[in-house]
Amino acid sequence: MRDVYAYIAVMAVVTYLIRVLPLTLIRREIHNVRIRSFLYYIPYVTLSVMTFPAILDSTGSQLSGLAGLVGAVLLAWFGASLFSVAVAACVLVFVLELFIC
Amino acid sequence: MVNHRKSFFDGMRDGIPIALGYFAVSFTLGIACRNIGLSALHATVMSFTNLTSAGEFAALGIMAAGASYWEMALSQLVINLRYMLMSCSLSQKMAPDTPMYHRLLVGYGVTDEIFGISVNVPGRLDPFYAYGAVCIASPAWALGTFLGVVLVNVLPARIVVALSVALYGMFIAIIVPPARKDRLLAGLILVSMALSWVFARVPLFDGISGGMKIIILTVLISGVAAFLFPVDRGLTSGAEEQKKEEGEEHA
Repeated sequence: MRDVYAYIAVMAVVTYLIRVLPLTLIRREIHNVRIRSFLYYIPYVTLSVMTFPAILDSTGSQLSGLAGLVGAVLLAWFGASLFSVAVAACVLVFVLELFIC
Repeated sequence: MVNHRKSFFDGMRDGIPIALGYFAVSFTLGIACRNIGLSALHATVMSFTNLTSAGEFAALGIMAAGASYWEMALSQLVINLRYMLMSCSLSQKMAPDTPMYHRLLVGYGVTDEIFGISVNVPGRLDPFYAYGAVCIASPAWALGTFLGVVLVNVLPARIVVALSVALYGMFIAIIVPPARKDRLLAGLILVSMALSWVFARVPLFDGISGGMKIIILTVLISGVAAFLFPVDRGLTSGAEEQKKEEGEEHA
């Protein structure tokens, strides 16, 4: 691994610039529909890609990971908060792994 | 006359549930930091300076792979690009005469959640509201990361394994509710997960690093979706869309 603080500095600078440049420079709205759409879709695609199939490999067995995924999707679907979805997924995996691992 | 003190305490109040969520999730992040060999100081500094779950999470894979600084910069750019749009929107929400130093400070705290509550404030955004939320949420994020690194060996392995799904649970809690109202988004999420599965499991793609896979898939899928299904909606939160609609009515 390279220098960790250099990595962190690169991350911090890039992330801060992303956040602060529009606030300080761009005072007008983006009107290009394609760019707006692209930016609108990004969080959903990125978070989906990062969640699956990684969640299956994050736990003791693929089955408990899958159960955590399904449980979290159902809870989120029915309006549970960010905090309760995260905690419920953990509890579900924990309880299930008592039996299957 | 804007009451900055009231704005600040309102922000702190609304920041408490965010801080609780951050604490649980950043604890997992700390565990992941420990797993790739970062010290508690590394992890705490990273969380305090970056304040982004998805970005930091992806960064760990990139560090572990020993990838170049350019790859790190590119991954953060792509993964955190959504903040740029949120900031665009916040720049409209703040009073036009807001001084530069306020803009520089508010920029630090643009996260999915703080953005979400900031656009929900009636009228203009008082920077002090954002400061109130950030000064609760940011230390919780850094402290959780720190404790994740330090306590990982103290906690039983079963609990650590179970906690590792918290981050994914949070991601799911962000993407699923809007997908319920929008079939296009639901389809997009399913396609993204399916292609991600292909990239992860088909040996053909083994040569591509995990971070690069996220970048490629994100740009590719979002780009195709934007081309095929352009929507006049650049914003990620329902509250913000509501605000936009109200704004258009006034216009």
